Amino acid sequence: MKKQSLPELQKICSQLRRDVLRMVHAVQSGHPGAPLGCAEFFVALYFDQLHHNPDFQMNGKGEDLFFLSNGHLSAGWYSVLARSGYFPVAELKTFRKLNSRLQGHPATHEHLPGIRIASGSLGQGLSVAIGTAQAKEIDQDNSLVYVLMGDGELQEGQVWEAAMYAAHFGVDNLIATVDYNGQQIDGPTIKVMDLKNLKAKWEAFGWEVIETKEGNDLASVIAGLEKAKSLTGKGKPILNLLYTEMGYGVDFMVGTHKWHGSPPNDEQLALALGQLEETLGDY
Amino acid sequence: MSLDLKFNYTEKKDTRSGFGDGFLEAGRKNPNVVGLCADLIGSLKMGDFQKEFPDRFFQTGIAEANMIGLAAGMALGGKIPFAGTFANFATGRVYDQIRQSVAYSDKNVKICASHAGLTLGEDGATHQILEDLGMMKMLPHMTVINPCDYNQTKAATIAIAEYEGPVYLRFGRPIWPIFTPANQKFEIGKAWKMIDGKDLTIFATGHLVWEAVVAEAMLREEGIHAEVINIHTIKPLDTEAILESVKKTGCAVSAEEHQLNGGLGDSIAQAFIRYNPAPLEYVGVNDSFGESGTPTQLLEKYGLNAENIVKAAKKALKRK
Repeated sequence: MKKQSLPELQKICSQLRRDVLRMVHAVQSGHPGAPLGCAEFFVALYFDQLHHNPDFQMNGKGEDLFFLSNGHLSAGWYSVLARSGYFPVAELKTFRKLNSRLQGHPATHEHLPGIRIASGSLGQGLSVAIGTAQAKEIDQDNSLVYVLMGDGELQEGQVWEAAMYAAHFGVDNLIATVDYNGQQIDGPTIKVMDLKNLKAKWEAFGWEVIETKEGNDLASVIAGLEKAKSLTGKGKPILNLLYTEMGYGVDFMVGTHKWHGSPPNDEQLALALGQLEETLGDY
Repeated sequence: MSLDLKFNYTEKKDTRSGFGDGFLEAGRKNPNVVGLCADLIGSLKMGDFQKEFPDRFFQTGIAEANMIGLAAGMALGGKIPFAGTFANFATGRVYDQIRQSVAYSDKNVKICASHAGLTLGEDGATHQILEDLGMMKMLPHMTVINPCDYNQTKAATIAIAEYEGPVYLRFGRPIWPIFTPANQKFEIGKAWKMIDGKDLTIFATGHLVWEAVVAEAMLREEGIHAEVINIHTIKPLDTEAILESVKKTGCAVSAEEHQLNGGLGDSIAQAFIRYNPAPLEYVGVNDSFGESGTPTQLLEKYGLNAENIVKAAKKALKRK
């Protein structure tokens, strides 16, 4: 795939945000906040970083693979998958509706191209990504495995089982990103369950940690992922702390947990869409 | 006076050794077979595989949730992972991981669960899971297998490597008679009629198949001819074979090392109620936890041995 320029990629971010808001608005359910905050990450990954094939093969041999562990970001993932050609963009209108392949949380059961494992019950994706990374290693497949987790998700114990394991085995074809937005459904993580020093935690577990401080600046996100990639193959798993703002791109949604799991009403949608240029055509 | 047994044995071994030997053979047959174990390699008898295929074996440490996720990830990458731990930690502890990452995601993961049931013995109730078959059979997509002796466990292990889809394989620790043939063919989902009979049917699974064989001989001494059917696959259940037998015999006993709630007996009762009502007596654990003791003592105390199958059979016969 030909790489696109930064302004072109910016346009996709804007469209992804429109898609997310229109999807959750249409069914009056879903999680807009975090996917708005991860738009740059999704676009950087699928349109710039991943060596992937939208002609979907479950085993992903020879391809870079991405797993979404925090499955409630499904609207954002579905948008970037559709916009990269995994399935028709028009299918986004079926999000969370009966008989849809676009389940509330990602699933393989309906065979939506791009999805390799169900997620939604938090804390499981890192383990799955590590397993796939090891399968690649056995097969001497040099491509990479990526996974995104929420910061609140790190409260799940399984994440730390997986963290310990990946470092022990030196799984170095893996780049895990934490969406470090400091928000979770009941409030700021600092109030709900303080994550304290995440960088030190992951380092103590034996990971190579990089920080992407401007997680809503596309050039920074790409630079962070490039750096992460340059650190693979050196005997350590890579952790990318991606500082984002939940709800980024819409002035009344940004920086609060209030839009974690609440859809906008008609008026709020119109206001929000007014702040986001329609660049690739709404679905 | 010794019993005239229709099946007998010259050797005893644990079913977990059948798993270990079958696992090694499956690994030799197919390079995609990989192993994972949560710090119980010796207990699960996975050591020979690990030794022969060190690059295809993963010690996960005491972290079962992660192990299930790893296995799902390896499966989607084209591997056939056998994830082993004690049945308690292979089910209850990781139910959500199995549900989401394995069953719902339809991943080709083999969950290999040892030390199931009361016959684990001295470790006591914390480890003697008696609910695992129920939990696993409720999961859509899941195949549930509970073989009866070393030979059948070995054959089942080889068979599940060749089957595409999630499987729960349950086996145990006690040294147990080897009464089924070596190198038998194992057909998933196909009940095995071991002994023909006309008066009642004993449907047994796991270690209690041996108790059923003994019970059959005891009943025969009293002129009662029991049919013995080995239900090694709890799901999919061979309803056809079950109904065919009970249509002939008119009543039945189920025998399992598991809670009555959610076990094999429950599945058989469902089939009876829906298709062919007939008296059914249960041999199993009746809504209680186990305790420490030897396997034989525990089977006796909790009413799971041949004598109890005989008693249940007589009750069922009276209800015909």
